Amino acid sequence: MAKKNTSSPATPLTASARDTAIGYLHSMLAQRRFEEKCAEAYAIGKIGGFCHLYIGQEAVSTGTLSLLRADDYVITAYRDHGLALARGMTPREVMAELFGRAAGCSGGKGGSMHLFNQKLNFLGGHGIVGGHIPIATGVGFAISYRGGDQVCVCFFGEAAVNIGAFHEALNMASLWNLPVVFIIENNRYGMGTAIARSTAQQDVVKRAEAYAMIGTSVDGQDVFAVHDEIGVAVERARKEHRPTLVEVRTTRFMGHSMSDAASGTYRSKEELDQSMQRDPIALLKKKMLSDGMLTEDDYKKMDDEAKAAAQDSWDFADAAPEPAPEELFTHVLSDESTVGATNEPALAGASR
Amino acid sequence: MTVMTYRDALNQALREELKRDESVFLMGEEVAEYNGAYKVSRGLLDEFGPKRIVDTPITELGFAGVGVGAAMVGLRPVIEFMTWNFALLAIDQVVNAAAKMLYMSNGQYKMPMVFRGPNGSALQLGAQHSQAWDSWFAHIPGLKVVSPGTPADAKGLLKAAIRDDNPVIVLEGEMLYNTKGEVDDNPDLIVPIGKAELKREGDHCTIVCFGKMVLVALQAADQLAKQGVNVDVLDLRTVRPMDVEAIATSVAKTNRAVVVEEGWEVCGIGAQVVDYIQRECFDDLDAPVVRVHQADVPMPYAKNLEKLAKPDAAKTIAAVKRVMYLED
Repeated sequence: MAKKNTSSPATPLTASARDTAIGYLHSMLAQRRFEEKCAEAYAIGKIGGFCHLYIGQEAVSTGTLSLLRADDYVITAYRDHGLALARGMTPREVMAELFGRAAGCSGGKGGSMHLFNQKLNFLGGHGIVGGHIPIATGVGFAISYRGGDQVCVCFFGEAAVNIGAFHEALNMASLWNLPVVFIIENNRYGMGTAIARSTAQQDVVKRAEAYAMIGTSVDGQDVFAVHDEIGVAVERARKEHRPTLVEVRTTRFMGHSMSDAASGTYRSKEELDQSMQRDPIALLKKKMLSDGMLTEDDYKKMDDEAKAAAQDSWDFADAAPEPAPEELFTHVLSDESTVGATNEPALAGASR
Repeated sequence: MTVMTYRDALNQALREELKRDESVFLMGEEVAEYNGAYKVSRGLLDEFGPKRIVDTPITELGFAGVGVGAAMVGLRPVIEFMTWNFALLAIDQVVNAAAKMLYMSNGQYKMPMVFRGPNGSALQLGAQHSQAWDSWFAHIPGLKVVSPGTPADAKGLLKAAIRDDNPVIVLEGEMLYNTKGEVDDNPDLIVPIGKAELKREGDHCTIVCFGKMVLVALQAADQLAKQGVNVDVLDLRTVRPMDVEAIATSVAKTNRAVVVEEGWEVCGIGAQVVDYIQRECFDDLDAPVVRVHQADVPMPYAKNLEKLAKPDAAKTIAAVKRVMYLED
């Protein structure tokens, strides 16, 4: 199957091109400044549990989700904050979720790894590596079943290509001609294990051949390249009902989660420093400055707005009430019938 | 009323619900062209076509996940596992996805889906194909688990499961497919999930059972009656949520109970039933509750050993006699 590396096309300097680029920059800055606040909040215990930051990968979320219609579907793994924001969730509803508050997008019951918003067709935030890939195939199945022309876009890390769920899901998506775009966010580390230590065929997009599916690779630090390459895959899904496997080559600038350092153990500082030379926001800014789309003042103003929005989300989440105690027992089942245990509030959780 | 097999009752339930609701589809290995490994889906491909009766690759985790995804966006999948033994490969989708999606999303994503297939041992299929999974799934909040023992309950519970907005595990008895019973022809009739049924009445002891063990309990009850011992045979039908009230009502009357299950002893359904009884009926009991279950071993192949491992009427009778302090 065809595989190509796409470089950024020359973008003509038109008003709409400027609007598009400004839109990208706005989206990417919003994610970056939001997540910097997340790191700060995690450090002082405002956010608990696991927290996987997306910093460094923002061109992937922005470049891809800017292609989608409101009735398309998005599903991802646990590194989901950036995608949630890029899909249109408010910083407030996401931060409130991370703070475990009732105003969170999942009522405070999901947490960092389980962001959901049905109105935006944002199907989660899933915590088991590869587990959501068959679910994406199922969404594609439902689209096809109803004869619709929506697309389901499914994100996962490169380490997920080694789990059985990936194989099973891609096989069926191709077999049944389902409109799903499978996007490998290849940041070269599955938690702390480098791809060379985990994956026999490191050219991960070659996996597409096993499913008679088109596979392509693209520079994930270049938002225009991501947009154009995945745009082809989205159109293929929408018009030809064929899935595509797209490898997006990117770098996370942080550790796997808030529990590990960005470098120094499994990844060298030199390697990270070199990767960070290709910060997707800096690359976009540079291009926009050189194309005359942006001034330093414009940038500073946008960046300040992004910082203010992130701070606002913190302030909102910090002041928001926790879920009411009775929320413990809601939404276990849709009809709220007995959940099978006695669930006496005074005893539930206690050893009996 | 029509007398039909458990298999045909399930087939009728599927046919009626596929007819009633366009969003219902059946997916699994060999469900379409092969007409079902156990012929539960016989004729459905001809009637409803390949869009709604979908053969899959051998990929339990994958197609269980396809069902989850389809349910998230509003279809009503019926996912067939050729046997529940194979469903262990799919347990991440059942437990981590289907059971938790509604809760994790704070009520945004319902899971109106069914996972179904044959459960429990058959005859000399060996260790990997002979096990009852009721307690595994009953342990999980967010699931409903039904285990019908008769054709009428198989039909009514499967229909209720398909109409339910929650993920429902339907454990069909592999050895029950050929058993016959009267089944109501009314396509609007369902058996409500969570309601036990008294299959036989007696004052001396309660036998709590479900699934394949309903027939075992009824067989034991017949033989006990000849010896002057009359028992309540309480068929739970649903193991989650469990009809605690029905258990308590019966035990309050008989003051004695035996719990029969096809699965293993440790952390089994019977352990949960005994817990309910000690909490709800502590003052009613005249004897400790006794459990009958599979021997605590992987199922052996040899015919004699397999028979020894399985719960049966003789073991149930012995248990009833023990709680009644009768000589064997």
